[in-house]
Amino acid sequence: MASYSLSKLRSPLYYALLAIGGLVVLAGLFSVHLMEEHGHIITGMNNQIVWGMPHVFAIFLIVTASGVLNVSSIGSVFNKPAYKARAPLAGLLSIAMLFGGLTVLMLDLGRPDRVIVAATNFNPTSVFAWNVVLYSGMFAAVAVYLWTMMEQRMYSWSKPAGFMVFIWRFVLTTGTGVIFSFLVARQAYGTAILPPMFIVMSFAWGMAVFHIVQSSIYVWNQKILDEYVQKRMRNLMGVFVIAALYFVATYHLTNIYFARQTEFERFILLDGGIYPWLFWAGYVVLGNVLPLLLIFHPALGKTRCVLLASSLIILGAFALLYVFIIGGQAFPLSIFPGYEVSSSFADGAIGQYQPSLPEILLGLAGVGIAFMVTAVGIRVLDFVPHEIPKSR
Amino acid sequence: MSDIDLQRRNFLKTSVGAAAVAIAPGVLLFDMAHGNPQALSGKVRWGMLIDTAQCKPGCNDCVTACNTENGLSGETKSTDSQWIRKIEIKDISSGRELSLPMMCQHCENPPCVDVCPTTASFKRADGIVLVDKHRCIGCRYCMMACPYKARSFVHEPLSDQNPDVPRGKGTVESCTLCVHRIDQGGQPACAEACANKAILFGDLNNPESEIAQKVRTVATTQVRADLRLNPGVRYQGL
Repeated sequence: MASYSLSKLRSPLYYALLAIGGLVVLAGLFSVHLMEEHGHIITGMNNQIVWGMPHVFAIFLIVTASGVLNVSSIGSVFNKPAYKARAPLAGLLSIAMLFGGLTVLMLDLGRPDRVIVAATNFNPTSVFAWNVVLYSGMFAAVAVYLWTMMEQRMYSWSKPAGFMVFIWRFVLTTGTGVIFSFLVARQAYGTAILPPMFIVMSFAWGMAVFHIVQSSIYVWNQKILDEYVQKRMRNLMGVFVIAALYFVATYHLTNIYFARQTEFERFILLDGGIYPWLFWAGYVVLGNVLPLLLIFHPALGKTRCVLLASSLIILGAFALLYVFIIGGQAFPLSIFPGYEVSSSFADGAIGQYQPSLPEILLGLAGVGIAFMVTAVGIRVLDFVPHEIPKSR
Repeated sequence: MSDIDLQRRNFLKTSVGAAAVAIAPGVLLFDMAHGNPQALSGKVRWGMLIDTAQCKPGCNDCVTACNTENGLSGETKSTDSQWIRKIEIKDISSGRELSLPMMCQHCENPPCVDVCPTTASFKRADGIVLVDKHRCIGCRYCMMACPYKARSFVHEPLSDQNPDVPRGKGTVESCTLCVHRIDQGGQPACAEACANKAILFGDLNNPESEIAQKVRTVATTQVRADLRLNPGVRYQGL
């Protein structure tokens, strides 16, 4: 067990936070009950925007669940001791976020009661069906990995287990990106750049979430993060943010070059109302420029700056996913290229979407679940990093 | 008669009675549901040819007939189901205007079937693409994948359904080509309702059929033919 006191984890504040997390989850479950009773009519989703706010939350949680494992991969696969000490916490966070994301995705189904149908009818050509295997396998892989790290007799297996998780999470995030890559007729999707783009975004978002959780645990327990470790992790996060931005830029630049895609790009980047705003102000400025400044400016880069940068990266992630998922559907399908189109089914028209409270609460419940699993996890098991000062 | 014979006779009588009681409701229900005992033939490919020259702008008869036949509300909010809709299109460069019906195109290589995780979306041997309402979990991935925006999600509880056309809240649905009529030797309600005979229904694989002959002789187009999905619905004059 931990050699230092984690007395704060037994304080009333801990239980109060846990209770707040529980309430958030309960509110989400109540929303699901309402959606079950009234149907998806009480959400903002419709026949054009078929995936909404729950999917923004779910995809963030699932992609980040894979990305947060960077820390353990660098430790176990690439043998960096500073990261190795943090690998168990990264594993716990991964399971927690995956659990939260999958819960949201499942409870948003039109028929969540039929989850057994999804488990027993497997369409080999469906990437959704593959993901059922990939996501459940991820739980198992990370659980085994955690076991090899926490059970002394299994230490020698932690490297192969870490390697398995390393491969698995690449495949998993590829599977998530491919959900969109396989959509042949949608102008926002249907491109092979999406899986690698998702993988790199997962790196950045995972580091950001890890930073926030780690800082919270350290501050709360009056522990001080080793400056060297902080610098290493901060710089790595910065590099991942730049890499993700590069992929997003390449995706849009390629589209702009194709005449058949320019209208779509004009919509997303210039005159699509909320979407260009979220893209430029939310993703580019708040989610990239500011965090990079906070990370790399010589006068900045201290603990608080890194915490703020991490929060902004997550904010940017939500902005980008909103633009990608909802903006991508709002732009009308090109059923008759070269024609002006109108109909009673909103053909040729920009899809309207107003996220409703129940679907936002459902999405937040996913975050609540991830929070609770993490909070309970670090309370009952030894997940808090054991620092080896000035570790190289 | 010996005791054993009597016992055997009683046993047989009871067994036959029990079997009849067990099977009868099924047979009865099958009959009530107008089930067709014949296996579907893969030799048939049902399809439609829509003559845009005959389709009148503003005429909505096919849509109304579909709504009545399939028990749809006919409302057009963004959350209401529309299995068939009229689209007005205008060529941006030439200004030429057309009006045409759009519905599930019953593709030979349907993306909705490919992406469906539970195989609820499926293609029958005769080419009709359907959703198994008992297997659909309501993930809406098929709606994302369909290039024709042909599918609707049931957003609200339903009442007064047509027993021949089961629907369900929380599942995805689309044009069934009026499969319940086809299985009885009929044709889709929209084709029947069109006064101008703009919708021609038939077996594309039967060289003698009117639709096959017409497709052979006049220029027809498949919408988004570039996607190589080989839709069973073709358009003339597009």
